[in-house]
Amino acid sequence: MAHTETHEKTLADKILERTGVDVRECYQCGKCTAGCPMVQFMDLTPSQVMRLVQIGDREAVQTLLSSQTLWSCVGCLTCTQRCPKDLDPAAVMDALREIAYQEGLVPDAQRNVLKFHQAFLKTVEHTGRMSEVPLTALYKTLSRDFFSDVLLAPAMLLRGKLPLVPRVIGGRKEVRRIFKRCLDPERPDRADEETQEDRP
Amino acid sequence: MARVGVFICHCGENIGRTVDCAAVAKAAEAFPGVVKSVDYKYMCSDPGQQMIKDAIRDERLTGVVVGACSPRMHEPTFRRAAFEAGLNPYLLEMANLREHCSWVHEDRPVATEKAIDLMRVMVEKVKKNAELRPIRVPVEPTALVIGGGIAGIQAALDIAGGGKKVILVERSPSLGGHMARLSETFPTLDCSQCILTPRMVEAANHPNITLMTYSEVTKVDGFIGNFEVTVRQKARYVDPEKCTGCGACFEKCPAKKIPSEFDAALGNRTAIYRPFPQAVPNKPVIDAEHCIMLTKGKCGICAKVCPTGAIKYDDKDREVIVKVGAIVVATGFELWDHSAYGEYGAGRLEDVINGFQFERLASASGPTTGEIRRPSDGRIAESVVFIQCCGSRDPKRGVPYCSKICCMYTAKHAILYRHKVHHGRAVVFYMDVRAGGKGYDEFVRRAIETEGAEYIRGRVSRIYRRKDGRLVVKGADTLAGRPVEIVADMVVLADAIVPQPGASRLAQMLGVSYDEYGFYSEAHPKLRPVETAKAGVFLAGACQAPKDIPESVAQASAAAAKVLGLFSQPELEREPIVAKVNEVTCVHCRACIQACPYGAIEDKEIKDSKGNLIRTVACVNEGECQGCGTCVAVCRSGSIDLDGFTDEEVLAEIAALE
Amino acid sequence: MTTPIGYYPGCSLHGTGRELDQSIRALAEVAGVDLREIKDWNCCGATAAHSLNHDLAVALPYRTLALAEDQGLAEVLAPCAACFSRLKGTAVRLARDPKLAQKMTEITERPYRGTVRILSIIEFINRLLDAGLEAKLTHPLGGLKVAPYYGCLLARGEDIVDDDPEQPSGMERALVAAGCEVVPWNFAVECCGGGLSMSKTEAVLDLSDAILSDAEDAQADAIVTGCPMCHSNLDMRQRTINAAGRGPHDLPVVYLSEILGLAAGIEPERLGLDRHFVDAMRVAERMTERSA
Repeated sequence: MAHTETHEKTLADKILERTGVDVRECYQCGKCTAGCPMVQFMDLTPSQVMRLVQIGDREAVQTLLSSQTLWSCVGCLTCTQRCPKDLDPAAVMDALREIAYQEGLVPDAQRNVLKFHQAFLKTVEHTGRMSEVPLTALYKTLSRDFFSDVLLAPAMLLRGKLPLVPRVIGGRKEVRRIFKRCLDPERPDRADEETQEDRP
Repeated sequence: MARVGVFICHCGENIGRTVDCAAVAKAAEAFPGVVKSVDYKYMCSDPGQQMIKDAIRDERLTGVVVGACSPRMHEPTFRRAAFEAGLNPYLLEMANLREHCSWVHEDRPVATEKAIDLMRVMVEKVKKNAELRPIRVPVEPTALVIGGGIAGIQAALDIAGGGKKVILVERSPSLGGHMARLSETFPTLDCSQCILTPRMVEAANHPNITLMTYSEVTKVDGFIGNFEVTVRQKARYVDPEKCTGCGACFEKCPAKKIPSEFDAALGNRTAIYRPFPQAVPNKPVIDAEHCIMLTKGKCGICAKVCPTGAIKYDDKDREVIVKVGAIVVATGFELWDHSAYGEYGAGRLEDVINGFQFERLASASGPTTGEIRRPSDGRIAESVVFIQCCGSRDPKRGVPYCSKICCMYTAKHAILYRHKVHHGRAVVFYMDVRAGGKGYDEFVRRAIETEGAEYIRGRVSRIYRRKDGRLVVKGADTLAGRPVEIVADMVVLADAIVPQPGASRLAQMLGVSYDEYGFYSEAHPKLRPVETAKAGVFLAGACQAPKDIPESVAQASAAAAKVLGLFSQPELEREPIVAKVNEVTCVHCRACIQACPYGAIEDKEIKDSKGNLIRTVACVNEGECQGCGTCVAVCRSGSIDLDGFTDEEVLAEIAALE
Repeated sequence: MTTPIGYYPGCSLHGTGRELDQSIRALAEVAGVDLREIKDWNCCGATAAHSLNHDLAVALPYRTLALAEDQGLAEVLAPCAACFSRLKGTAVRLARDPKLAQKMTEITERPYRGTVRILSIIEFINRLLDAGLEAKLTHPLGGLKVAPYYGCLLARGEDIVDDDPEQPSGMERALVAAGCEVVPWNFAVECCGGGLSMSKTEAVLDLSDAILSDAEDAQADAIVTGCPMCHSNLDMRQRTINAAGRGPHDLPVVYLSEILGLAAGIEPERLGLDRHFVDAMRVAERMTERSA
């Protein structure tokens, strides 16, 4: 196993650091798998995810970070709520997803989930809020999935649920700076000169 | 002139690993008064004890200090050796070099230094020690057994068989406990009633056993050999002398819809009832809470139909005080309440039942006469899911421990079910199968390999009732790495084993310690498994930890052997560590009398030769004093001292540290 | 109630969840509660931030909490269950982890002392009932059978949701007060697929179909929810579910605030009941005027 070969932090340690969840406590009862609403869309069951983090060798890490499961987890917390060991598999999924994203290991089949999240964040980064039209447009461009849900648009418009003018907030530059610091903590701020004008 | 011997034990590596025992022995040689100082691998072993004995004789020792483990562990061993070599045992002291030193330190030089200090302290004390003689107290050769389940019955029968008297107290109206409710027993599928009921009858008829059913212990006073126990006998409203057990009363009782405790609420009973047909004693009681006569003042049908006039509506609870020399606690267990699991229906789904309920369904004497019919509509269950570890091994919402017996009884349930419903499907969800025991693993394999039970490794996350009334069970098969969904007619939850409600209250009455769940603590987990830390109180059965029938019976017999051993002598030797009042200086402020937690101090009148009262002083009853020292601390005139721990001895210890 | 309550509509309430916004505002007006929208609030980051960057997932709600505090709001209603969960979850984490709070202060350049309490739609409505809304429910819904749907975010999340996570009951008092009959059903806390609505539509159709089916099995006339994400999956996508060969369903999905609004006698259009994909105006037909 990797952690016996090197002095690097094991995956379990990284997860503990990020989430406070010590996966060594997992005794593989399977209750998380049993209750997961998305499990049929996963290649690894939640309990297998926990097990692979416990193993933590190179092969396990590879399997985990490139798995479909991370992108199928909807964060419903059913697993966390029912875990008899009071662990938080949902938080472990979040942490693994983030690591997979940072390391560029998102599987092709899950690109749409990633694209949607990216489109969502892009929209928020630029305007401070999410607006359906720019979000959908951006998502469709990124994912090249032009046709799904198109039929819903007219009906949404009709019901006043698809405002065409994007919502923009006064502090959008401030929001952009928050994004920069979170996404790119190493890089110094370039938006400093704008600070004065967009403080509300 | 003091001649002290010092003996340093390595305790294998326990002390030797951290403390340089040879260096301690060497250092002790130089202590004033020490004439012999040695170290040895295992001082408690026969050669070790022989070293002490030889030294006492050869060196004419006046005191011995053994540096070893806790005195709780081996003080009696070493004091016996001293006694055998002709030294008063209270001239031997122990210094705890293990728990107080080697186990709690890592740095060898520092630990060695501390060990030397500990030895110096005890050497100074032992030089001040006085010879003490054990106190002899009479033993009341009658035992009290609390709990009339299989463990209590066994303990009572064994003690009675050994020729001693037993008072057997049972809270419910009948002997039998949980075992009487079981259909068959694992791993032989013996009929539970067939093997239990003869024992119940034997206990009831034994000339040495006094049976007190429908009774509860409410107060415990005294100490080993001399307990005074108050037992509340609940009003039965039926005169057991007159009642013939004919049953006319409960056949006619109009209050019929009371959930039967015996049938785990799957069947009903009347307000005047006997719990089950084979009950011992086989005489009914009236449940005052549900009796129409006792609650509304009208009805009286049972009195009318009773041919012997045995019904007494004006019966009252009675308190009886019994004197006993030993107590066996056998209060058993209860099932954890699975209504804490909202995801399993929070106890509201009728067809989700517990293990006892399944036992009653499978029992020929049960509410369905042994047919596996689901509670909601009485239809034969065509598919049953059994779920192990319900509440067990669940530190979040249940209990963290393994309940030990569920793997086995679930396998039994699956087999019984398949015997009764040949075409039925029995699915068992398990986390691990723990089948350590004679014939146990074979039994589980039999369930899987020849009886057709489907075992699936994984917990269940959710149970709900579908529109058609069947239950959907969402589980996982972690071996296959996928979720499983089973549609079942009934689900049996193997609820965790927990102590009886009120277990901790009884423990406090008895002075017995208990763990965080309420299971009673044994005196030593390995070597004293049936004793408690309270002398004269012994444990039998599942009140100590989850246990199956053979284990409960074995422990009950072991407890009985301990009781018989205690009763084999008419008197008992007690440690002479008791408080003594200096009658000359006592000012009779009575502070000690107020403070004594055992009520062991009383007034004593000092009279002259003509019988005139000169003055009154405090006086300690040696039989009751527990040597706690509270009175010593509160005595303002410094008139009380504790033998074995006199002020002089303790001050000598402290002075040795400076 | 005189102290104003802060209002964080969140992004959906200006679009897909418009009727939730409308009904909340209308209800607050009837109850005489002064709802003050937080000035210049930003998106909570929703599942996207949470999925990709945990700093961002805290920083975005942090800014809003800091704004609310700065604007003197002690309590803030977040009617959208997802926003509620993110805002309250952030508040809880900040309270527990001073280092995280320090880091967020640096990232956002805004101080936050942790004084803001976040209310869910359920807590808010129960608060209105306490403050006298019950007496104003003059148009009870004549025994409308409803299946209260809590989904994930109004049931789960220790320290966030104050209810039994498996058998929640927070909506019941309000529904009974509004003259509804609450039907027992199995899927009150099952997940609808939530934020994967657009990217994993197939999964959402499956899960939402199961929820709708169970509510129908329980003979519910409507599902009641407090979450715009659940609402759009169950209401907007109901046709898609039918078109995919499931169902067919025809079950109105209404917000708790709409139900209460109707019972308070507010016109259905003002509550946004006409904006639903599955006809919800039939729910309004159950309004009966209580004889004085």
